[in-house]
Amino acid sequence: MAKVPVQFTLNGSEKAEFIDSGTTLLQALRDKIGDTSPKGGCHQGTCGACSVIIDGELRLSCLTLAETCDGAVISTTSGLSESGVLHPLQRAFLDTFATQCGFCTPGMIMAAKVLLDHTPNPSRDEVVEALSGNICRCTGYEPIIQAVLTAARANSQNAA
Amino acid sequence: MELRKNYFADVRKDDLNEIGQPRPRSDSPGHVTGKTAFFADRNFPGILHLKMVRSPHHHARIRSIDTSEAEKHPGVVKILTAKDVPHNVYTILILIQVGPEDETVLADGKVRWKGEAVVAVLAETERAAQEAAAKVKVDYEVLPAVFDMEEALKPGAPLVNEYHGQNYYLYDSGECRKVRFGDVEAGFAGADHILEESYQSSPIEHAPTETTGCVVAPEGNDRFTCYTNTQAMFFTLDNTSIILQMPGSKLHFVGGTVGGGFGGKVDVIVEPIAILGAKLTGRPVCFIYSREEEMQISSPRAAEKVVIKDGVMKDGRIVARKVTGYTDAGAYSRHSPYGAQKGAGHYPGPYTIPNVWIDTYCVYTNRTPSSAMRGFGVTIGDFALEVQMDKLARLIGMDPLEFRFINAYRDGDMKAHRQPTEGAALIECMQEASRAANWPVAEKYMAMSSYVKGA
Ligand code: FES
Ligand code: FES
Repeated sequence: MAKVPVQFTLNGSEKAEFIDSGTTLLQALRDKIGDTSPKGGCHQGTCGACSVIIDGELRLSCLTLAETCDGAVISTTSGLSESGVLHPLQRAFLDTFATQCGFCTPGMIMAAKVLLDHTPNPSRDEVVEALSGNICRCTGYEPIIQAVLTAARANSQNAA
Repeated sequence: MELRKNYFADVRKDDLNEIGQPRPRSDSPGHVTGKTAFFADRNFPGILHLKMVRSPHHHARIRSIDTSEAEKHPGVVKILTAKDVPHNVYTILILIQVGPEDETVLADGKVRWKGEAVVAVLAETERAAQEAAAKVKVDYEVLPAVFDMEEALKPGAPLVNEYHGQNYYLYDSGECRKVRFGDVEAGFAGADHILEESYQSSPIEHAPTETTGCVVAPEGNDRFTCYTNTQAMFFTLDNTSIILQMPGSKLHFVGGTVGGGFGGKVDVIVEPIAILGAKLTGRPVCFIYSREEEMQISSPRAAEKVVIKDGVMKDGRIVARKVTGYTDAGAYSRHSPYGAQKGAGHYPGPYTIPNVWIDTYCVYTNRTPSSAMRGFGVTIGDFALEVQMDKLARLIGMDPLEFRFINAYRDGDMKAHRQPTEGAALIECMQEASRAANWPVAEKYMAMSSYVKGA
């Protein structure tokens, strides 16, 4: 099968791969580049576990063709902490016990990050709306909502 | 967290260091940084993808299987059928002597539920495996199927599973698990009211966010490393050892990281066939359920039917309880004989009743095999029991919580299956629930105790 070249920035570093046409970004990240932080829970756009940030927008990597990402700037949860220091969202997820099995967590954090990037002080309803595309079967969501609100508060305190 | 220290104050030592303290979970830092390695995060060069050809019928004889077209499909490396599996007929609980072996790894001559695994296709890519699987031709002779437990138990019903010979699990106690305590008929005869109700539930899928699967790598020393999300590591290892007729020392299972299980990952389903594929090809193999397979193929919680007949006095005492429980195992046992047995041990619920009769049946139908899920065998029973308790309270015009205080088991009471009650704490839980829910009960109930005689 003909290979397609694709080049993008992943968590600040340049990546270039030859992929099969039709490869999803999820497959390219996990199988080619080795970033397994986006998870495949359904491969059909229903669970949110594969959520990544592409050019500032939340995207389902299982429904995104890798070849459409040429030149894009992509962020995943594995690139969130800086020199070993956890991002406030990661810290808050730990502190509020917002992870159990952890399978939904990287996707949840991506969804929460896009929310806080656009809306630094979200209401509870805005948090619920922002996470509504991400399924968690363990926590019952409440600790996750609390984590996002906690991270938002921590951010605004740091800013003040 | 609020700890209520007034309960059991006289029998409790308050020298606990950990309980009541928040402690960080050791696995969470990996979860929030994306570093936790789930089984599917293991990748090996040259890995093969396994896809199953599944039965489109609920019950059918297999006349023939033709894999010739599928074998020619580009990328196909190996196709497995029943004859490739060294010990194809197994049952999980054989490890604790709960037989007979009643389930095939790959269908042999017959399928007993819609979705049953028939042929395994291993190919270079997931897509090639999927396309080749669609080219496998299986000629079926469709047989009559039975989906309802009571229908299945009637004489003349289609026989679901020949390894059992009848559509129920034959316990050493006979066609069902039985508990007999006191004289239930005498209890009914002396009761002020009789209430008989039946309760039913549908199968429930666990729907874990991570689907069932495993990745297998053949090692240079003739061993196979199996990265799996099983919840039952040693059950899986030992059953795989039996199915593949391979000593356990050849199998190295790596697991413990499960992306949601809830009981749905205790069956031994993906590992033996994936390891067999790795053995026969010498290549790493992954077998990962699609979301559709997770929802349709993995075992759900069993459908249950519970019939409860109670004799109750106007003063609130339940004097007799008869329970008939039916657990729908689907086509194969898996953990259901144990689930139905657990039900027998669990009824008549946390209540002290002098006359009890319990029968619980594990029934075979042509539905998806059911298995473990969070308190299986007792959870649906508790739903039935507690709805029944509310109905009984209404029948005699009593407050439903006070009605439960009257019947609650307490330390020293003999349970129906003849275990004396110890450490019951039900009275205290209800007292706290009464406070927390602002559902007041008479003072005499608030003065009761599970463990102080006469209180
Ligand atoms: S894997 Fe992409 S939404 Fe589920
Ligand atoms: S923590 Fe398990 S799915 Fe969310």
